[in-house]
Amino acid sequence: MIKGGLPWTPGSADPPPIVTLDGWHFFTPQEAATVEAFVDRLIPPDPETPGGKDCGCAVFIDRQLAGPYGRNEAFYMMGPFQEGTKQQGPQSPLTTAQQYRKALAAFDIACRNKFDGKSFAALSGEQKDDVIRGLEDGSFKLDGFDAKTFFAQILKDTQNGFLADPIYGGNKDLAAWKMIGFPGAHYDYRDWIDRHNQRVTLPVVGINNHPNWSQ
Amino acid sequence: MAHKLPRKDAVIVGLGWTGSILAQELTDAGLDVVAIERGPWRDTATDFPISYAQDEWRYRLQHELFLRPAQATVTFRNNAGQTALPVRNWGAFMLGNGVGGGGLHWNAETFRFLPSDFKLRTHLTERYGASFLPADMTIQDWGVTFDDLEPHYDQFEYLCGTSGTAGNVKGAIQEGGNPFEGARSRPYPTPPQKQGYGHVLFAEAAKQLGYKPFPQPSGNLSQAYTNPLGVKLGQCTFCGFCEWFGCANYSKASPQTTILPVLLRKSNFEARTECEVMRINLDRAGKWATGVTYVDSSGSEWEQPADLVLLCAFQLFNVQLLLLSGIGKPYDPQSGEGQIGRNFTHQTVSTAVGFFDKDKYNFNPFIASGSIGMCIDEFNGDNFDHSQLGFVGGGYIGQVRTNGRPLESTAVPPGTPAWGAKWKQALRDNYLSSVIVGAACHASFQSYRDVYLDLDPTYKDRFGRPLMRMTIDFHDNEIKMSAFLTDKYAEILQKMGAKQIDKKPRKGPYDVTDYQTSHLCGGAIMGDKPDISAVNRYLQSWDVPNLFVQGASAFPQNAGYNPTGTVGALAFWSAKAIRSQYLKNPGPLVHA
Amino acid sequence: MRNVGPSLGILCVLLLTLAASAGGAFAEGIDKQEFKQIERGRYLTIVGDCAACHTLPGSGHDLAGGRAIETPFGELLAPNITPDTSTGIGAWTDEEFINAMTKGTGRNGAHLYPAMPYTYYTKVTRDDALAIRAYLNTVAAVQNAVDVNQLPFPLDIRAAMMVWNQLYFTPGTFTPNPNKSAEWNRGAYLAEGLGHCGLCHTPKTILGGDKTSERLQGYALQGWFAADITNDPRRGLGSWSVDDIADYLKIGHSQTSMGTGLMAETIGQSTSHMNDADLKAIATYLKDQPGSSDSQADPPALDQSAMSTGAKIYADECAGCHVANGKGSAGLFPPLAGSALVQQSDPTSLLHVVLRGARSVATDGAPTAPAMPQFAWLLKDDEIAAVLTYIRNSWGNAAPAVSAGEVGRARRAFIERTD
Repeated sequence: MIKGGLPWTPGSADPPPIVTLDGWHFFTPQEAATVEAFVDRLIPPDPETPGGKDCGCAVFIDRQLAGPYGRNEAFYMMGPFQEGTKQQGPQSPLTTAQQYRKALAAFDIACRNKFDGKSFAALSGEQKDDVIRGLEDGSFKLDGFDAKTFFAQILKDTQNGFLADPIYGGNKDLAAWKMIGFPGAHYDYRDWIDRHNQRVTLPVVGINNHPNWSQ
Repeated sequence: MAHKLPRKDAVIVGLGWTGSILAQELTDAGLDVVAIERGPWRDTATDFPISYAQDEWRYRLQHELFLRPAQATVTFRNNAGQTALPVRNWGAFMLGNGVGGGGLHWNAETFRFLPSDFKLRTHLTERYGASFLPADMTIQDWGVTFDDLEPHYDQFEYLCGTSGTAGNVKGAIQEGGNPFEGARSRPYPTPPQKQGYGHVLFAEAAKQLGYKPFPQPSGNLSQAYTNPLGVKLGQCTFCGFCEWFGCANYSKASPQTTILPVLLRKSNFEARTECEVMRINLDRAGKWATGVTYVDSSGSEWEQPADLVLLCAFQLFNVQLLLLSGIGKPYDPQSGEGQIGRNFTHQTVSTAVGFFDKDKYNFNPFIASGSIGMCIDEFNGDNFDHSQLGFVGGGYIGQVRTNGRPLESTAVPPGTPAWGAKWKQALRDNYLSSVIVGAACHASFQSYRDVYLDLDPTYKDRFGRPLMRMTIDFHDNEIKMSAFLTDKYAEILQKMGAKQIDKKPRKGPYDVTDYQTSHLCGGAIMGDKPDISAVNRYLQSWDVPNLFVQGASAFPQNAGYNPTGTVGALAFWSAKAIRSQYLKNPGPLVHA
Repeated sequence: MRNVGPSLGILCVLLLTLAASAGGAFAEGIDKQEFKQIERGRYLTIVGDCAACHTLPGSGHDLAGGRAIETPFGELLAPNITPDTSTGIGAWTDEEFINAMTKGTGRNGAHLYPAMPYTYYTKVTRDDALAIRAYLNTVAAVQNAVDVNQLPFPLDIRAAMMVWNQLYFTPGTFTPNPNKSAEWNRGAYLAEGLGHCGLCHTPKTILGGDKTSERLQGYALQGWFAADITNDPRRGLGSWSVDDIADYLKIGHSQTSMGTGLMAETIGQSTSHMNDADLKAIATYLKDQPGSSDSQADPPALDQSAMSTGAKIYADECAGCHVANGKGSAGLFPPLAGSALVQQSDPTSLLHVVLRGARSVATDGAPTAPAMPQFAWLLKDDEIAAVLTYIRNSWGNAAPAVSAGEVGRARRAFIERTD
């Protein structure tokens, strides 16, 4: 009950969790190897900006799958479950984490079947890209899981990991934001609003990532 | 078994914008008021402070400040031939939760509807003839006029400190404002916000094409402001983490920043949070509300008796509670009978993405607020001649880009691969030089016989109550309108200097996974007669006179503007009727 | 007004009784003179803020004692001063009451601890003390036995107070200064008497007595630093006008500052209910109080790397509200440039606000009550030290640097606090 004035509890706050590199929380070592290889093709390294692997996209996905995102905690997960139209949205009874587990297992089997027992991570760059294109158009079939659905999910999660605040494990050292020219978690642009068509020279920062403070 | 609590003069269901306005007005009138809110308490310093408010993943993608479908959701189908399925994760709309409601996370775009919007059927019939309107289009006049509401639009704008340039003050057209707006009694309380490069370029191009651009009326304030209640707001800092987020520096108008500090100090007001109202209770004859029953966070059930019930739970849940409480007759699309659930509408939004030469254009998209931007109104409402166009309605068109957030606001030109080195390069090359506006064309959504709400026969919420079922699809009228408006916007982008334009007009079928604003309207519409509406012109239920149903559920159709300004005006208008007429003589205010 | 509830009801009865005897005959019970005295006593009780110690918040029982008072020597419980005859002061005579209030002697002759500010209330005139007594007699009697002997041995030996009183207690009612204005004298009477400002704002010796040579120059207590309220140009009220001070006390917000922490309660239940003339008088008096002789000395040299880091932290975390130029936004984000709070010799209040956040006071005249969020979760000790050093020495400010060690100690101390 709230009465008499605005409530106040000293020290109260609900800051975000900060991902630390302390091993995989969700992926098995084999799953991690596959996903790291995958994200590095989706976002390849180049001389200016690291790729998905070094940017921590697989770490992002791992931590998300281990938490409320993976458990679909926010979702309505009551049945009955039935597939609907595309416009009716996802209707799977499986959580996102369960779907990854299932899809990655099927993906691993499909790769080994096609490439003489080699896992995805062991393929050449070109072979990896071919496989990914096959998932994208549905021609690389997975037993028990829709290839296109898997591709769309991992692509979205990879790109989100790439571009989210580094506290979530991806966008390592703010690399993605530096690449595109987004100054990050600033809050006051009053000195910049009138400077039309000029490059903003503020240091790139994240919520818990301020390399400029010690420079 | 519900425990019965001591009686209150008034119980308010939901403490968002309308709940806060009604609570403030009724406590001023001396009533003992309790507000019951199913979400948590939310406050600036403890819930969205400057050290972590700017978290796109948490607040924009994971929707942390919103209702979770796990707590309450709806089912959806395009038409009665389909089985409605649950919206398991939000897409097309995003519903508020907690004290402040949608008012906490909104853009703060604060428009007024046009005078003709309030008499839409009469106006369009007079101009184009009755046969111009499709037979299954069920638009209606509202029962109130723009002039009725003008003082209350003013009240809401001065409560918020809305920043803008007036276009029509007492009939005199003002330079720089919206020449089409209804006559207002006085200018906005604060000047318009400063604009960014992309917004200014749009305005220049629009002028060259003969339009009259004006700054979008903004509840992100251009300067510090003290409202009539004595509450202070700050100056917006263009952080670019506005809509979907809480404002860390008191510069976005919300119940928190405009009303609650005063309201909560009153000894005749109390808020109970994390308590969900199960139903409105009626007397044995079913003609008078006796209060509400709610469940608290520990699962205990309570009965709160009250003389007056204000239903302020957001459009969808207003309708759901009416149906669950057996108030009014549920709408049957076959027979056309029943008022509760009919004339359900959303918003028709579309855009075009403009790609510019990266060596010449830097839009700094991250410097923005939720309601920054320049708009034109030439193609809104009936401001233009529709006779050869084959549709009615329209919307404002604007470069109203609110952010450069990387997860949401990056685009690559059509034809770019979805991944790989080329994708990465395209992202790098286009971030600063593309114009991506979520709802550049923000247009009307007329009401139709076959677009409605009712209770789902299969799916239940965590209390075992039926979910609300949405049956909704686009009609030709909206598709044609959207194509027309999108083309107009693309012309302006062209004039701005875009080298490539990716037009995205709204196309059917209505897709519940694609965000289209949260401006859900109707279902408990207002009108001047009980056989065509659920509430009268004062938002008083025709069926239960001591029940007033606030919010956009009252809109008979949705116009080409954001609804909150009108929601606020109606709340003040309704409150005035309650204070000056109803309280003196409780009973029906309109005899029809 | 929270304290008035039960007594307001009684006053209404008195008024009705008075009205009934309009013919001029004395009604049985209270007469006009007594009513005036009770009303004056009610006002003076608010000025003295008896409720701050004697009312347990949330208990619904005004002045019934039981509130824990934090002192450097331990926690005390304030006694019940309602007129209950067995557990309150109902059976006390007026003399016993006046002795307790102005001499620090309890009913049975025992010495009161100076947490009860008899060292200040000694200045109160007999008439005013009697008025307070008359008012307290009308407050609802509450049965609430409070054990006031909370301190451990040897601090529980009350006879030790005799020595303390020798050192620190100068009894005697207020003597007006004939060289000062009536307004100044009224302000002095209030500030040095019922207002007992120095109880919090004057530094203390190791025995807890006032360091009279440093009157009103600030004191750290209960996790805050009660600021220097002399007219010191930098650390005190030198840059405040009389109106600023009066506004601060009346509505909790002024051009220069806003009440928070311990002052929020004082403003909310005491000073905001005082009349404008009295507040202006207090302001006038305070503006005439000399500050420390060392305050004009050159500030110590600063670590430029801390200043540089502090500037960057300020730009990223603070400027969004307090603005790059430190001027803030009136009534919403206090100005840091020229702020006395920022330049106190002891940075405890700054540390409190940054580490735990703070809600400013809400009054009818200024209801917004904006709050500062906590930064303990984000900023490390050396980062807080840098940004505080920066704000203390920018925009014309000058004050000693803050060290990472100080921040760390404060952080640990705050974790222990429950308030």
